[in-house]
Amino acid sequence: MASEIRVLSATGILGSGFREETLRRAMALRPDFIGADSGSTDPGPHYLGSGETLFSDSAYKRDLRLILLAARAAKIPAIIGSACTAGTDGQLERLAGIAREIAREDKLSFKLATIASEQDKGYLKKKLRERKITPLANAPVLDEAVIDRSAHIVGMCGIEPYVEALANGAEVILAGRSSDTSIFSALPVMRGFNPATVWHMAKILECGAACVVLRKYPDCMFATVTNGHFVVEPPNPEYRCDPVSVASHNLYENSTPYELVEPSGVLDTLHAKYEAVSDRAVRVSGSAFRPAQRYTIKLEGAELAGYQSLIVGSVRDPIILRQFDSWLGGLVAAVKDRIRAVFGDGIERQYRFDVRVFGRNATMGPLEPETGIGHEVGLLFQVTAETQALATALAKSVGHIAVHYPVPEWSGLITSIAYPYSPPEIARGACYRFNMNHVVEPASPLEMFRIAYENV
Amino acid sequence: MAKLWQVAKLIRSKNSGPFELTFDVIFKDREIYEKVRDARVINAQWFALTYRLTPEVVSVIAYDAASAIKVTIPRPVISGDVDDTDVFGGQQYGPLVDLEVP
Repeated sequence: MASEIRVLSATGILGSGFREETLRRAMALRPDFIGADSGSTDPGPHYLGSGETLFSDSAYKRDLRLILLAARAAKIPAIIGSACTAGTDGQLERLAGIAREIAREDKLSFKLATIASEQDKGYLKKKLRERKITPLANAPVLDEAVIDRSAHIVGMCGIEPYVEALANGAEVILAGRSSDTSIFSALPVMRGFNPATVWHMAKILECGAACVVLRKYPDCMFATVTNGHFVVEPPNPEYRCDPVSVASHNLYENSTPYELVEPSGVLDTLHAKYEAVSDRAVRVSGSAFRPAQRYTIKLEGAELAGYQSLIVGSVRDPIILRQFDSWLGGLVAAVKDRIRAVFGDGIERQYRFDVRVFGRNATMGPLEPETGIGHEVGLLFQVTAETQALATALAKSVGHIAVHYPVPEWSGLITSIAYPYSPPEIARGACYRFNMNHVVEPASPLEMFRIAYENV
Repeated sequence: MAKLWQVAKLIRSKNSGPFELTFDVIFKDREIYEKVRDARVINAQWFALTYRLTPEVVSVIAYDAASAIKVTIPRPVISGDVDDTDVFGGQQYGPLVDLEVP
């Protein structure tokens, strides 16, 4: 077994970019593989629900092309996880299509493995009946109806499907939904390095250059791993890491800086040491990895919440603003009356009408402690209904009633809202909601994932 | 009394998955971090009051390695749901900025 393994993280999220010059410098350090995460639940449920992607195909292609060219030239694996945001089968196929196109255009050939992570509803319902699905913190209720109405459900894979694909000679691996850290842990764990050191390295590297002192733009990150420690050093000479910047990264998007829960166990960083080895490199040691009692796969699901039409407007009249709450309350009541008059009493159960008030509490909603408003407020009228046609039809009535809603001080017809657009209503399309925060106990770590190979 | 923003180099909020909201306060130096940590002005009761929760669901963790305090709460609304105001959870730390600290 080699005494060290060198890991290159191309960027924090595929499609956000990295500097070509930085990749070139990093390749000169002879990494053993290149990894990149390509997904997140952070941008919300839209990507899992609809299957659309956070970045354009052009953005994915730019990043993936440079990674594949570098990896093939050095004859090292390239590993991409959480394909195209949510890691649905469609998103995985989209990334695989981009990889094939790059191979054709740049005359590359490689053994490609794809790891599909979308879940079969029948399988999940069986697991639910067998009580092999359990909730995590703040999980909504999960029953068979929730599974049935989900648009997509993915399982977040651990290192095992990657290890399987690598053992079968895969040179490029594209995975559906994956834990971010598994992308970077699979090969080092497979080669026998201490899991505690490896998982901690993976947590620091999974966001690319996010662990530097001041990240001005997305870029690559590099780590050299031995059994007892790893050294992280940015390949971009404009960047530097210090012990606090590296330790701080454990805080990011994690509910505790001391624990990172993976399918096969928990990384415990309570006793980790962060030491400067230069003015830009940090050595990390001392973490522990506690293997899990039961192997679990986290589920992510999204379901349709309805279709929305929106109207954006603003109010500047000081007379209206002085009585803003009562004016808005009256406006909402008038809108609902008009909708009932047009669409009948039964309409009540078929839509929601909500108003967001920018300049008052649009950011924190009912939790906003400040009560004042300024010289103008922004309004967002939001209609949610079961079809886009109904949402837009209702929004048209909202727009007309709202724009002329009066105040007692002015006589005659007033126009009380400034609309920047014609027409005022904007069809937002389908909107989705995350509907599960649960883990499944599979019979084996590979059971929920389908690995396919092809020679590209 | 100083305000928290005067002694912190970063105050932020962010999703920790779609169902949790997490706050990080990273202090300018170790000394002020220890002072604020030991005075316990960033505590479960303040968060419970501000974000209308019970103190039992608020997790407050002192993180010496980064001179930071992390607080995690259940998300008021699931990220991106119809009632959500902040998909990334990135602008929920406003009330913390002017918190008075010793």
